[in-house]
Amino acid sequence: MARTPIGVTRRGARPARRLVGLLILGVVLAGCATSTYQYNWNIVVDSVFRPTPLILTGVWLTLSISVVSQLIGVLLGVVGAVGKISRLAPVRWAASTYVWFFRGTPLLVQITFIFFGLGVTGVYRWPDLEILGLIVPGRVQAGIVALGFNEGAYMTEIVRAGILSIDPGQMEAAKSLGMTYSRAMRRIVLPQAARVIVPPLGNEFNNMLKTTSLLVAIGVPELYVTFSRMNSSGPTVFHPFELFIAAAIWYLLLTSVWGLIQARIERRLARGTGTSADAGPGLRDRLFGARFGSPGSGLR
Amino acid sequence: MNVPAPHDLLEAVGNLPESGDDLIVEATDVHKSFGRLHVLKGVNLTVRRREVVVLIGPSGSGKTTFLRCINHLERIQQGRICVNGHLIGYREEAGKLVEDRERNTARQRAEIGMVFQRFNLFPHLTALENIIEAPIQVLRLPEADAREMAATLLERVGLAAKTNVYPAQLSGGQQQRVAIARALAMRPSLILFDEPTSALDPEMIGEVLDVMRELAHEGMTMIVVSHEMGFAREVGDRAVMMDEGVIIEEGSPVEMFSHPREERTQAFLSKIL
Repeated sequence: MARTPIGVTRRGARPARRLVGLLILGVVLAGCATSTYQYNWNIVVDSVFRPTPLILTGVWLTLSISVVSQLIGVLLGVVGAVGKISRLAPVRWAASTYVWFFRGTPLLVQITFIFFGLGVTGVYRWPDLEILGLIVPGRVQAGIVALGFNEGAYMTEIVRAGILSIDPGQMEAAKSLGMTYSRAMRRIVLPQAARVIVPPLGNEFNNMLKTTSLLVAIGVPELYVTFSRMNSSGPTVFHPFELFIAAAIWYLLLTSVWGLIQARIERRLARGTGTSADAGPGLRDRLFGARFGSPGSGLR
Repeated sequence: MNVPAPHDLLEAVGNLPESGDDLIVEATDVHKSFGRLHVLKGVNLTVRRREVVVLIGPSGSGKTTFLRCINHLERIQQGRICVNGHLIGYREEAGKLVEDRERNTARQRAEIGMVFQRFNLFPHLTALENIIEAPIQVLRLPEADAREMAATLLERVGLAAKTNVYPAQLSGGQQQRVAIARALAMRPSLILFDEPTSALDPEMIGEVLDVMRELAHEGMTMIVVSHEMGFAREVGDRAVMMDEGVIIEEGSPVEMFSHPREERTQAFLSKIL
């Protein structure tokens, strides 16, 4: 595909973008200047550069819950995808029902149902567990289960699309060499599908980092809950402006680091495609999106 | 390409053909339909050890489908196919054929090499990794041995320099030679070639046919679907003409190409010769 000549788009889009940016900044500053609100910018600086143990706990919870939930999601996604393309009708049916249910109901309902609903009936009361020397509170477990199962439903469709994108000749070649279906799937098809799966998977994990904030509903003290609590009591009470800017910065930090990691993974997976030099958008496109006339976003 | 000494390719994997001329493939009354489309309408074919059989016929005649039935990439609706004396893909239960367990079918397929029109190399693996994957995974060959064997094979198909190169960086002819090496590494007793040169640029056809010719001389049993009449005449022990899902004529290639008995064979040959 031919690239848009860099010079043309740059000259066209850039000054306009700057102008809009300046305008927004101006409005915000003007708003700040005219309000009677007592700004305490130290709250933002301290929260980011000298975080309290509470904030660090929040970051840790957000990160660890996201990673574990996403891992569960990917695992369920692979199982679900293989199930959905199975030759056996009951397996296909089970996988479809799973996806149908978790994509068809709000995550918030799933979270509260799994924690409160199962808890109150005694189906499972979510006791705290010690896992690998760490005491994991019941509500964190419930949150991970809800997020993981919800994510698995979306990952099922992503993984399925990845598998279907692989030439059937690959499975046939593997079978002709004496591999069973499952071995061919694991060794030949899924590794190739991974290349197709990783970009949307990156999106999913980016979402996951932020969606953990829904765990406010069951009182998991992750990042959002921490800042929310700092706003309702303690020395920083009623400073929502600074506190939620600080929260946003923390989320941006997490998602940005993930963006870098994802780029590395994609470069690794590009092996053998003959496109390693041009394996995807650069850092700037990755962080800010590729909509504007930046070089490296060749698909327009 | 330099001319390899006899048994170079098969010797490289320790797969010298057994003596004797027992039946490797016995297909009896094979029927295959895709939905309502009746593609194979009773195909009978036997292939003996070290025989090179060339399947010819117009497109849509069922050559490729029949080839794919021989290693059970396609299920059949009627008839039976035996390879090395064992039913392939099915087992007999109370006089009826039922589909065999996957594990058994896989084990049988391991003895049947297949080379595809579109190569079907694994793009995420290097040339060498393509070759060692199945020997390690299926035959449980130690990795060091597999690597050594693959390196020898690559050298003997003239691709020693491409050992660590990914398929995307190889030409079509090179890819197909890797694909043949990949099939050979499983020490098959039979190799099926499904139009192995049809997807190649003309200047690359020769290098692939050279390898196949060499294999034929070394005594590999081969069934080849091909339009390469020169190759068929030179290397083929038998030409088999298919049309509309049945075999209509078979015999020595030289004989058939110069004096076809059937009118349809005549018509077909006049179009491609």
